[in-house]
Amino acid sequence: MSKRDRTPKTYTRLTHPLVRDSRAEPFRRATWEEALTRTAAGFGRARGAFGMFSCARATNEMNYVAQKFARVVMGTNNVDSCNRTCHAPSVAGLSAAFGSGGGTSSYEEVEHTDLIVMWGSNARFAHPIFFQHVLKGIRNGARMYAVDPRRTKTAEWAESWLGLNVGTDIPMAHAIGREIIHAGLANRAFMERATTDHEEYAALVEPWTLSLAEQVTGVPAAAIQELAHAYARAERAQLCWTLGITEHHNGTDNVRALINLSLLTGHVGRFGSGLQPLRGQNNVQGGGDMGAIPNRLPGFQDILDPDTRHTFESAWDTTIPPRYGLNLTEMFEAMEEGTLKAVYCIGENPAQSEADSEQAARRLRALDFLVVQDIFLTKTAELADVVLPATAAWAETDGTTTNSERRVQRVRKAVAPPGEAREDIDILCELAGLLGHEWKYADARAVWDELRSVSPDHRGMTYDRLEALQGIQWPCPDEDGLEPSYLHGRLWEADPQRRGRRAPFGLVAHDPPVDATDEAYPIRLTTGRRLDSYNTGVQSGGFASPLRRGEYVELCPEDAERYGVVAGEEVRVASRRGSVVAPVWVDPGLRPGLAFMTMHFPDEVDTNRLTIEANCPIAGTAEFKASAIRIDKLTDRSG
Amino acid sequence: MTAIPLQPPRRLVEFTLDGAATRVPEGATLLDACRAAGKDVPTLCEGDTLTPKNACRVCVVEVEGARTLAPACSRAAEPGMSVHTDTERTRHSRRLVLELLASSVDLSTTPRAAAWIVEYGAEPGRFGADAARLNEEPKVDNDLYVRDYDKCILCYKCVDACGEQWQNTFAIAVAGRGFDARIAVEHDAPLTDSACVYCGNCIEVCPTGALSFKSEFDMRAAGTWDESAQSETTTVCAYCGVGCNLTLHVQDNEIVKVTSPHDNPVTHGNLCIKGRFGYQHVQNRD
Repeated sequence: MSKRDRTPKTYTRLTHPLVRDSRAEPFRRATWEEALTRTAAGFGRARGAFGMFSCARATNEMNYVAQKFARVVMGTNNVDSCNRTCHAPSVAGLSAAFGSGGGTSSYEEVEHTDLIVMWGSNARFAHPIFFQHVLKGIRNGARMYAVDPRRTKTAEWAESWLGLNVGTDIPMAHAIGREIIHAGLANRAFMERATTDHEEYAALVEPWTLSLAEQVTGVPAAAIQELAHAYARAERAQLCWTLGITEHHNGTDNVRALINLSLLTGHVGRFGSGLQPLRGQNNVQGGGDMGAIPNRLPGFQDILDPDTRHTFESAWDTTIPPRYGLNLTEMFEAMEEGTLKAVYCIGENPAQSEADSEQAARRLRALDFLVVQDIFLTKTAELADVVLPATAAWAETDGTTTNSERRVQRVRKAVAPPGEAREDIDILCELAGLLGHEWKYADARAVWDELRSVSPDHRGMTYDRLEALQGIQWPCPDEDGLEPSYLHGRLWEADPQRRGRRAPFGLVAHDPPVDATDEAYPIRLTTGRRLDSYNTGVQSGGFASPLRRGEYVELCPEDAERYGVVAGEEVRVASRRGSVVAPVWVDPGLRPGLAFMTMHFPDEVDTNRLTIEANCPIAGTAEFKASAIRIDKLTDRSG
Repeated sequence: MTAIPLQPPRRLVEFTLDGAATRVPEGATLLDACRAAGKDVPTLCEGDTLTPKNACRVCVVEVEGARTLAPACSRAAEPGMSVHTDTERTRHSRRLVLELLASSVDLSTTPRAAAWIVEYGAEPGRFGADAARLNEEPKVDNDLYVRDYDKCILCYKCVDACGEQWQNTFAIAVAGRGFDARIAVEHDAPLTDSACVYCGNCIEVCPTGALSFKSEFDMRAAGTWDESAQSETTTVCAYCGVGCNLTLHVQDNEIVKVTSPHDNPVTHGNLCIKGRFGYQHVQNRD
């Protein structure tokens, strides 16, 4: 028991469809015909109570067809994917400020900027190749500031590390904003020309003095002041963030608070000045762009806009419900209420990736009909009525994906899939046919060309151009030209007509984490990634990483001493929702009262038993980053 | 109209290459000019993503008026210069360099080395069968990649890729001086005890196969490595949202190694451990 196996559970590929007549039975092998007939019948019974979980790891083309399946075949806008669990607040916050949910800069601009703020991001581990662009920037003379509760490998490259308390990002941002205003460093010309509500913003941040911010965030006032001055004085500055900002019950507010700083200083809409949310999965950006979200049609066009709806209704010969569908979080709530009865889950593993995973699995079990289409028999697939074996999008499928800098790139089939596994689009189209919609796409390019015909932002991106240029950033409205690598240059236009809609400041208030620490649960648990592992480990568990050491609960040396535990010793980690047993790792990059875990090894240590399902009301993202826990020593544990 | 900064226009440099008038953009090297003109100048230590190290001297050319031969990889073209790439003197020099290298290092996995040895008439055997060989066993201390210093020509590309030019991990360095110089991780420890983060960017730039994928190493040992039967397909990594480009090398429907296009604007030939080695999950087929 003391020696842990460093090799996590290895998943083997699904090679043929699986079905069962009741959940009490084991799966049995089925023909494609039987599996698809059952699936079509089950979905046919569930009209009006259907939800589609599309896949942020699959291609743009598959996401386009999946959302079209939900809207045209099933008549619902209930379509979403795991962007809900990570960067939906970035999309919501950027959309609210600028009308577009993409990051505003390119990677290359990070190499040619003067200041880089990495906020709630351990990019050195989570986005290593993006961090190489950051390192180029640093070698070119840029200064970097790290704002993060942990002193990470990323923070080691920073001019200054601001180790704030978990969930105090808004006080920090507001104090920076107030300091910029009081020091006379705000870009008044930009604010007055291109923004709204800056007076209200100034009033909002006025109480957040450096000393109050120091008390709340735990960061010395002088360090906050230095960052404020450096950011405001820089000729060009990049503000980058990841899940440390978004995975909170007020993630969208956090994002708005950061965007405010760019509006205050004019660090947006120029080469080298911008906002970069670093996306977590290979096609989170593209999934949303393709309309696999409940409130947007392909091209990130608002479903409530009658002209947009009309365009798609003509193109698809259908009617689209003029209302937003349920997002992933709301679909889980609707399962609880019994109003969502059938789910088509493609390439997602919510039984392990959702916060409060016990509850998520219980809700999935309560469905009348669950179909999982994946490359592995995941924990979610184990709950299904029908399992459909699919291809791995990046190596067994042709298509495109869209990265964090909005660059659409070609993915290509390199190996043949195992057994009877079929491509997602084939499966979707055959199901659509069984449900009365004859869709014929010769290949992925045909799907992409249909998307180009309805999405102005993608219209100029032919497959040939994507190939020749090694990817193109959206927007790309015509086939002859390319747009600048950054978004929202319009904000700098002198002509109000061309400047367009002004960017509003986000008037957001501090709201501490829902799961408060107290005497019973005195430690703040935050979560994140390690370099060699990924999400629930289904993919990254497949290779023999020498860096892998399994799941641990990481404590600072002071806390380890206080609880009388040593590295490697197993302890019980308990939250108000559940508990797990995990060995201790001692990390001097943590501070007293702060613990760290990942979700990479849920079959060994199910960290999401501990996390809280408190959601951002705007984006639906859960507060993975802030749970209250207790560490119990296992004194009389035998074996 | 929004302003897009452009590089200042580059002037063209005119000079003579093997008697022919040639024009290249200012800052281009003689090697760039040779490649643009379709001339095949052998290179080993030159790396298209790295600053030239001038270590191997196999690409030397003759510049009229210069006392010594010039490494084409790092010498910039200058107006009016007259350059010869294929003279008795350059051929003699390349022959000797190849003889010295091939007598002391195992070049069996260095692309094109055997053909150059024939082309330049090099006779490595004249220094004796095992002249100055390390005669070390390959270091196999993890499941991802193998170090075989018998194949190392001390070009320092791996040091640069691991160091400040790309990865900034600084796990790899030169230990010792002069004849004792060798590539090592700190304290010459096993990789698993070093700062290595297994990005494999050192393998990407290694010109001789001294650093190689364990998958390739094992297949070569088993006699099943067959580059002629491999296809190369560039796709996008399945992990985080950065969008790194992967070139999958596939033999018999198995991914056998992963490289990255050097001219790609996202990766510049670099990857992390997941992109480079994390492909196995798709081929756990039974």
